[in-house]
This record gives sequence, structure tokens and C-alpha cells, in this order.
Amino acid sequence: MLSVEGLRSRYGRIEVLHGVDLEVGSGEIVTVVGANGAGKTTLLRCISGVQPTSGGAIIFRGEALKSIPAHRRVGLGLSHSPEGRLIFTNLTVEENLRLGAYLFADERVERDMADSFTMFPILKEKRNLPAGGLSGGQQQMLAIGRALMARPACLLLDEPSMGLAPILVAQILDVVKTLKSLGVTVLLVEQNAYAALQIADRGYVMETGRIVFSGAAGELIADPRIREAYLGI
Amino acid sequence: MAELLQYLLSGVTVGAVYALVALGFTLIYNASDVVNFAQGEFVMLGGMISFFAWQAGIPLPLAAILAIIATASVGVLLNKLAIEPARGAPVASLIIITIGASIFLRGGAQLVFDKQLHRFPSFSGDDPIRILGATILPQSLWVIAGAVAIFLSLWLFFAHTLTGKAVLATANNRIAASLVGINPNHMMTLSFAVSAAIGALAGVLVTPITLTSYDLGVAIALKGFAAAMLGGMGIPAGALAGGLLLGLIEAFTAGYVSSVYKDAVAFVVILAVLFAMPQGLFGRKAMDRV
Repeated sequence: MLSVEGLRSRYGRIEVLHGVDLEVGSGEIVTVVGANGAGKTTLLRCISGVQPTSGGAIIFRGEALKSIPAHRRVGLGLSHSPEGRLIFTNLTVEENLRLGAYLFADERVERDMADSFTMFPILKEKRNLPAGGLSGGQQQMLAIGRALMARPACLLLDEPSMGLAPILVAQILDVVKTLKSLGVTVLLVEQNAYAALQIADRGYVMETGRIVFSGAAGELIADPRIREAYLGI
Repeated sequence: MAELLQYLLSGVTVGAVYALVALGFTLIYNASDVVNFAQGEFVMLGGMISFFAWQAGIPLPLAAILAIIATASVGVLLNKLAIEPARGAPVASLIIITIGASIFLRGGAQLVFDKQLHRFPSFSGDDPIRILGATILPQSLWVIAGAVAIFLSLWLFFAHTLTGKAVLATANNRIAASLVGINPNHMMTLSFAVSAAIGALAGVLVTPITLTSYDLGVAIALKGFAAAMLGGMGIPAGALAGGLLLGLIEAFTAGYVSSVYKDAVAFVVILAVLFAMPQGLFGRKAMDRV
């Protein structure tokens, strides 16, 4: 469904992705784990189009994304729940969700909104409050809910567990598993490698802008090198 | 009593003009955080283009529509040629660009049109309407109706349409906006077009009362800016209230103190607002949680 080939990207003169190759098959949960600063977030930003690339290719459902601006990639079925959440703080929770489905104006919007509220009941409680006043965890839920409103075929999920209490991390990872059962493909970027590998089908380990290991999630969890370096066990 | 009512009526008329200009500020500010100091030039273009089209033999209503469309196009060009290429520059730089655009438009108007004062007839005659010993011009009622209509449309737009929310979302976070499929450049173009059209409408409505000339923009932009600041930048209701309040303060100062100080009032208001309540009457304190 999504394939990344030799992807390079730079901030100014400093290259941060040095040729990344990655495959995400339809219906898979694939996770990219690695330390802070490895380039995981940059990778997702390149795929969704808000970070310019300097080499390589991104192919989504057979279409090269290079010349397609970020706002048109959403329409292709690629939805990004960004790091730092980036919700619209000046709008209400409900307005944030509604804008997630900016490209749609049919009755399914209401249904998807109801689904978001079922998934995250706290958002329903706060639906008419400004999103800027939500706690970090609630903003994270809102960002995921908003990304799902876009009816993604492939969801790019960046650090959903960042800054969250363990119980919320478990809740959000449960949501990711539910998505898989609904047929949504997920590319999950996480620092919390152990939690991510537990729900993923396959995983990639990233280190300073390169993929250093890849394999089935179970194999990665069992690999002694990875256990020591990334899982801390 | 009649005197008080007279000041009130003229204050509301002038205030409605300021409110229209302030509403123009609101839209672009909401889309981009930019205070567009060329807003006064849109007012000037509305009046001037209407006048010259009317003088060329086009019926006045048609001339007015033509002027509004032409000014909206100028707004779009301003965005495409001056603001969009400078995307990524700090907001202060963009504001300076709008000041440059304002000087450019004023110079252009001087060349294309002329340096005379111009007026075209009022829409419903010039016979003053008497109310309890005070009078108001029929054209003033047009101005007030225009301000109210634009306020209501903008309020509906921001509160009840998806496009309105998309404009607000773009101002809040351009990257997040593009991640949900909003084209931020479209939102900017839209805001500049509508803002320019609102400015032009103000120019069309007010020309029979105050006349128009190529250099009318600076003063009116400053008054509109003061009104928008007073009400709370970016809030349609604030723009309306700020405009009317500023108009009334001016009219009462002119009536009860001296008309010499009339124009100074706007600046005193700007200073007072900035010192005492920078978020304006209707503004909310900026709130962000990390």
C-alpha cells in the first residue's frame, strides 16, 4: 500500500534521513521505533507532505507522491496524526473533529463523529469546549479522532503515547488494534518500542536517519540486540 | 436633547464606516494573523472605481458592483504577488509588506485616476430624515445597513460554515490545516478577496457623504484599525462594537469638546486599549496548553 524508497530529507544543510526504505502492506500495523532524534517524525512528515524530501520516492497505492501537496494527499487516503498533536486550539473539540472530515459533506460525517465519541467518551463530554483547554492526553485523543475523520486507508500515527499516563497508553494502543480490525492500515511511530512492537505485525528500527533492523514484530522483540538497545530488558 | 441625538446619529454613521473597515481587518487577521494596512486602500478603490465607472456612463448600481469585483481582484493579486511569496516570513514582515502595498496602491490610484475629490449621488436622495429634532441622511442608513449586513454574514460564515472554520483553522495552524486537507493558500486568497470586497463596499456606501480621493485610505485604515483593536482583533462582534464606539466617541468629542480633537481620539483609544486591555473589549486572553 505504501512504499518508501531511498528517502532523503534535510533541514537546511543538515540531512536527517539518509535513504530510508520501508514497506507497509495493506491491513498491516507497521511500527517504526528508535531513539529520540532518529528521524522517525521526519519520516512521517515526509510521507504526509509537510516536510520536503531531497531524494528517493514515496509511492502510495501505486501513485508517486512527490509532486502532490500535503492537503491533496489526505484525499488519497493518507491521514496523519502529528507529533505535538497540532490540534486547532481556537476551535471546539467538535469543530476539530468536523474539520478532520473537511473533504466530506455526507451523512457518514455524523456517524464517524459518533464513532469518535464512542472511542473517546471524554471528547463527547467536552465537545463544545475549546480544544486548547484539553489536557495533553485528551488532545492526543482528539488528534487521533480528527485523523480518523478523514477516512484514511492508511493512518500515520506519530508518538501517540507521548506524555500519557500508562492507562491511556494502553487505551490508545487498543484503539490502534481496533483500527486494524476495521481494515485501516497503520504506520505507527513510537519511542515506547515495547508497547508498539506488541501490537504491530512488523517493525523497523531507526537510528540516526537510517533503518538498522527490520522484521516481524515478534522476531524484533526476541532479538537480543534489540532487547538490549531499545527495549531495556 | 436634540443636540445629543444629533451627535448620536452622526456617531453611529461614522462608526458604521469604521466597523466595515474593522470587519475587513478581521477576516485577513483571522486567516493569517496579518493586520492588512492596505485595507484603507480597498475603501478608496471602491469609491474611486465606482466614480470613474459611473462618470463613464455606467449606471451607479452596476458601477458599484464593478468596483467591488475589481477591488476584490486587487485583493487577490495583493495576496498572490506580495503575501504568498513571502510565506514563512514573520508576521511583522508581512504587515510591513501590506504597508508597502498600501503606498503602492495609493500611488497607482494617483496615476490611473487623479488627485481630485469625487462624489457620486446618494442612493436615496439627499433629503435629511428628521427624528425628534435631529436629522440623518438617507445615505447614512445605507451605511449602517451595510455594516450590519456584513457583520451578520461574517458571523454566520465563521460560526456556521465549514469554510469559515477552515479559515480559522488555517490561522491557528497551517500545517495541521493542510493535514486535514485544507489548502491554506486558498483560504488566504479567499480572505483577501472577501476583505477587499468589504472594504470596497464601505467605499461605495460612504462616498456620497464623505467624498473620495486617492489618499483617503491611510486615515480610514488607522481608524478602522483602532476600532478593531478596541473591539478585539479578529472578532466580528468586536469589530462592529469597536467601530460604533469609536464613531460615537469621535462625534461626542467633536460636539462637546472641540472638533479639533476629533481625529486625535482614535489614537488615544489605541493607546488606552494597548495599555489597559490589549485583547480588546470582546477578546479572549490567548490560551495554550503545552
